[in-house]
Amino acid sequence: MIHIQLSIFLENKTGRLYDVCSLLGEHGLNIQALTVAESDNFGVLRILVQDPHLTAGLLKEHGFVVNETEVVAVEVGNKPGSLAKVLGAINKHAINVEYMYGFVEHKADKAMMVFRFDDPARATVALKEEHIRVVGRKELGAL
Amino acid sequence: MIWNEKVECAQRRKIEDIQSQYLRKLVRHLWDNNVVYKRKLEAAGVMPRAIKGIHDIRKLPFTTKEDLRDNYPFGIFSDLRNTAEIHVSSGTTGNPTVVGYTKEDLKLWAEVIARCLGCAGAEPGDMIQIAYGYGLFTGGLGLHYGSLEMGLKILPTSSGQTRRQLKLMADFKPRILACTPSYAIYMLDEAKAMGLDPRASSWEIGVFGAEPWSESMRREIENSWNMLATDIYGLSEIIGPGVAQECKHKSGLHLNWDVFFPEVIDPRTGEAVREGERGELVVTTLTKRGIPLLRYRTRDIVTINYARCKCGRTTPRISKILGRTDDMLIIRGINVFPSQIEHVLLGIEGTMPHYLLVVEREGAMDQLEVWVEVDQRVFSDEIKELRSFETKVRKAIEDILGIEVKVKLVEPKTIERSEGKAKRVLDKRII
Repeated sequence: MIHIQLSIFLENKTGRLYDVCSLLGEHGLNIQALTVAESDNFGVLRILVQDPHLTAGLLKEHGFVVNETEVVAVEVGNKPGSLAKVLGAINKHAINVEYMYGFVEHKADKAMMVFRFDDPARATVALKEEHIRVVGRKELGAL
Repeated sequence: MIWNEKVECAQRRKIEDIQSQYLRKLVRHLWDNNVVYKRKLEAAGVMPRAIKGIHDIRKLPFTTKEDLRDNYPFGIFSDLRNTAEIHVSSGTTGNPTVVGYTKEDLKLWAEVIARCLGCAGAEPGDMIQIAYGYGLFTGGLGLHYGSLEMGLKILPTSSGQTRRQLKLMADFKPRILACTPSYAIYMLDEAKAMGLDPRASSWEIGVFGAEPWSESMRREIENSWNMLATDIYGLSEIIGPGVAQECKHKSGLHLNWDVFFPEVIDPRTGEAVREGERGELVVTTLTKRGIPLLRYRTRDIVTINYARCKCGRTTPRISKILGRTDDMLIIRGINVFPSQIEHVLLGIEGTMPHYLLVVEREGAMDQLEVWVEVDQRVFSDEIKELRSFETKVRKAIEDILGIEVKVKLVEPKTIERSEGKAKRVLDKRII
C-alpha cells in the first residue's frame, strides 16, 4: 500500500508552519502524520492527509511549493527490536531508506513508521514477503 | 521600416556637419539663457566662440545628476516660459529629477521614438500596447507620442492591471508590446494563471526598456512569448526613451546621434576610451530647448560601434547596458553588477530571474546574500537535494564574482515583482 505524502517548502520565517496548519484546519483537512526536516535557512514539512491531491491543489493555490512523494506506512510492534526487524527485512532486499519518521496510533500497543524508500513499489512487495504489515488507507484514515 | 532614411543612413561626415552646427548654436543659447551653464562655462574657461565644431565638445564641462538636483526644480531649465510638459523621474534619495519639454522638444521626442519603433520593425497601421506607466514617468507618454507620429493604433493600457492587459491583448491582438522587460516576465506568470498560452500571444515585437536586462532575460522573453524582444534605451534627463533602439539584428542599439551626441569615457578620468572599449556613456542633447544638457554623465556603462549595420543604418550602435557606475556594488573590493547574478541564475535550470541581493556588514566584512526563489521544478522532498541545489547556485555565482556569497532559498513570489523598475539590491550597510 503506497501513500502519497505531501512535502511543502517552508522558508525560515516566523509563522510559516502555522500558515500551513491553519489553512488545512480551515478547510477541515486532518493531518494524519507529520514531520519537519530543517536546514539552516529553510525547512521541508512532510504530511500525510486523507486526500493528498485536493490538499496539494489547495496549498499551491495559496502560493506554497508542494511536492507529492510515494511513501509506505508500516506497523511496528511496541517492543524492543521491532523496528530492527522491519529494517532487517528491507536490508535483505537491498532497498534503501531515504528518510523515515514515526507517528502515534490510537491503539497503544502499536507504533507506525512512515518510510521514504528509494523504490516504494519493490519495498511493499518485500515487506509483504517478510510478513510485515503495511498500513492501508482506511486504517490511516481512522487515525 | 527606416523612418528617417536621410538621417539614419547618412554618411558620418554629413552628420558631423549637422552636429557641429547644432553644437555652436547650443552653446551660444546656453550662454545667453541659462545662468547655471553660463557659470559652468566660465568656470571651465570656455567662451562660446571657442566651440567651432563637434570635435571641440571635449572642451566643454560635464553635467551630472547632482547638477540637476542642486538646481531643483527649474534652475537648469533654459526655456521655462515655453515649457509645455514636465516629467519627474524616481529619485532614490533627495529631490527627484525634474525635466521639461517645449513643444519643439515634444516634436523631437515623437520623431526619435518613431525612428525607434521603425527600427524595432513597426509599420504604420500596426497596433501597439503601451504598458509603460503613463504620467510623470517618461516611458508611457514618450512611446505614445512616437506611436502617434508613426501612425500606429495605440492601446494606452499603462502599467498594472495585468489581467486586463492580457485580456485586451487576447481580444484586440496588438502586434507590438512596449513595457519594461521585468513586466514582460511578470505577465508570464499571470498569463499561465489565467490559462492563456503565452506562445500563442499576438505580440510579435517587444520594445523593452527603462531598466538594464541581460541576454538571458531576452531569451526567456522571446521563448516564452514567442516574440522578438528588442531593447530601447533612454533616460529622462536626455529625453526619456528614444535615445537608442535595437533593430531586428539585435547587435547593438542604434543611437540617434544627429540630435544626441554620444561619447564613451573612462568614468574616473573623464577621458575618452578607445573605440570599442567599455566606458560611461556621455550624451549632449544638441537640439533640445527646454532643458538642453552638455555632456551629461549617464552612469551607464556601454561600448560603441561606428560600423554600418546589416539593416542599412549608419547610426553608431551602443551595446546593451553592461552595468552602472552607481548601482554597482563594491563588496570586499570587488565590483558586483546585479546583471551578473541574473545571468548566472538564468543559466541554471529551475531558477527564475527573480532575485534579490542583500548586502550586510558583519563586523568589518561585507556579506552578500543572494535570495533565490524556489520553483516547483527544483523543489524536492529531500533536504539533501535542496542543499545541493543551493550549493550549485552558490558555486556558480562565486565562480563569476570571485567572492564568497551566501544563497538563501525563499518561497515563490516572496521577492517583490515590480510593474515598473525591478528592485534587485537591498544594501543594508551603514557606511
